[in-house]
Amino acid sequence: MANRRLAPPEKQPDSFAFTKENLDWAKVLIARYPEDRQQSAVIPLLWRAQEQHHGWLPQKAIENVAQMLGMAYIRVLEVATFYTMFLLSPVGKKAHVQVCGTTPCMLRGSDGIIKACKDRIHHDPFHVSVDGNFSWEEVECLGACVNAPMVLIWNDTYEDLTPENFNKVLDGFAEGNPPKPGPQVDRQFSAPVGGATTLKTVKA
Amino acid sequence: MLDDKDRIFKNLYNTGDFGLEGAKKRGGWDGTKAIIEKGRDGIINEMKVSGQRGRGGAGFPTGLKWSFMPKESKDGRPSYLVVNADESEPGTCKDREIMRHDPHLLIEGCLIAGFAMGAVAGYIYVRGEFIRERQRLQAAIDQAYEARLIGKNNIHGYDFELYVHHGAGAYICGEETALLESLEGKKGQPRLKPPFPANVGLYGCPTTVNNVETIAQVPDIMRRGAAWFSSIGRPNNTGTKLYCISGHVEKPCTVEDAMGTPLRELIERHAGGVRGGWDNLLAVIPGGSSMPIVPAAQCDPLQMDFDGCAAVKSSLGTAAIIVMDKSTDIIRAMARISYFYKHESCGQCTPCREGMGWIWRLLTRMTEGRARKEEIDLLFNVTKQIEGHTICAFGEGAVWPVQGLLRHFRPEIEKRIDEYTARAGSAHVHVHEAAE
Repeated sequence: MANRRLAPPEKQPDSFAFTKENLDWAKVLIARYPEDRQQSAVIPLLWRAQEQHHGWLPQKAIENVAQMLGMAYIRVLEVATFYTMFLLSPVGKKAHVQVCGTTPCMLRGSDGIIKACKDRIHHDPFHVSVDGNFSWEEVECLGACVNAPMVLIWNDTYEDLTPENFNKVLDGFAEGNPPKPGPQVDRQFSAPVGGATTLKTVKA
Repeated sequence: MLDDKDRIFKNLYNTGDFGLEGAKKRGGWDGTKAIIEKGRDGIINEMKVSGQRGRGGAGFPTGLKWSFMPKESKDGRPSYLVVNADESEPGTCKDREIMRHDPHLLIEGCLIAGFAMGAVAGYIYVRGEFIRERQRLQAAIDQAYEARLIGKNNIHGYDFELYVHHGAGAYICGEETALLESLEGKKGQPRLKPPFPANVGLYGCPTTVNNVETIAQVPDIMRRGAAWFSSIGRPNNTGTKLYCISGHVEKPCTVEDAMGTPLRELIERHAGGVRGGWDNLLAVIPGGSSMPIVPAAQCDPLQMDFDGCAAVKSSLGTAAIIVMDKSTDIIRAMARISYFYKHESCGQCTPCREGMGWIWRLLTRMTEGRARKEEIDLLFNVTKQIEGHTICAFGEGAVWPVQGLLRHFRPEIEKRIDEYTARAGSAHVHVHEAAE
């Protein structure tokens, strides 16, 4: 288990409210679940709150979601602290880098990617860089093992990394011009480098 | 090697269009109405004859699983299909390709499976990190609704709603009852069984949980027939399979091939071989990180199917092949897997919550050699106290890799302890000399 706590009061905003657009979206979402089962929407709602709030989830948003779904605050707090994609403290403005460090990535050199994060962003995970633009953490398997090592930044994965091309990815985010997601080497998604060994006689 | 015409996932590498047009061109949504007209028993029977076993890890026969669902609702409770797309097993990245590159196979499979088990709706639970994959899947579902392939009054004559739901980073939600808890808006902590989901599942209603690949194969099985599917592979291990080959190979990849293809052939034909040649192989984990490691000596010949992997005391699992060459620090590799399980334990059962921390700390010290040899037995003892003493199978999945390490690489651990002790011993002498 991971021990996770809310950010200290001085980092918490005074209030949180969903935008009109997100409220409309929430209505459609909640209707997907049977009557009186609106609690099912808790994870998607918290996720939308995190997206709206600069990539991290403040206490006020958790309270807000509890109110929207008619749930006890503790039940929503439990969910927010149980699921590790909910980031409970502020993250970098331009990129929060989630580096996979699980064995398949480790075998392909994720140590080098983690070192690059330490050198360039901050020695410790979950600390925002001096300029406030970057932060990083080591995460568990992100499910792109044949494209290891890889990172997830916001919604996109950057795969087949080396310290060199990873630094270029970060350069892109620093300049506000992120590179094309997916493999950072010449490769068609999860096909072997150099071309697929199958599906040569059928057209997709 | 499997013939291209026998492959199910023709857009595996996104060389075509993921959408409805592309799917139809590849033969999707063809004759779906006729499949539905075979009736519930007809479909379930065909699935049983095909011999398909679940592709999510446990390998339970699909047709049999569906047959556990109630034939009719006597108390007004609806039935649900839930698709497990919480692909999180380290080494596994096959369902990702289906969702982002061939989502209509999954959607069509959901309709057929949903009909066969009498479900009113299906929920596809996608792991939270698969953000683009879930957007793709949703786009494809929107197309299917638009074309009236699913939903109310669709052209197939069976009303069926299909929704995408997502998690937020918890491996345990791949366990079916934890997944149901999560889908109900709670922490993903597994439920006691019985009652089984087929009786009391989502919202207390009859539910069947199936893996993405399992469901995505269904339309092809129904279209081409059970005999076609069962002609691939060998009895009890039929059909095609997506293999994810990662780690120390020249060209890691995901590939579809026949069940039972020899491990060495998979690695050499598709993944460019082991880095440094076959003789440089140290060991392979054949089925995702929960499965025991197989040392090189047993890797050739090893047939990659349920029975083949069981014969070397491992398991096919998700067919995620993690290859390790002789440069691997095998103790560290396993310590990292133990950290994964320590991190992902849901915390509900004490043996797992506490024990995984013990195992990780012991293995971390053993990686340095900073341990006593008796502690190797202690480590084994801890794994035995977790195994079989937890609500769900996470406990077993977490300790089998460690037991595999001890079974095959105990001398390696002892050697490292000896080396550390020798170093520390001489350092100790130096300290004494300095003191005098």
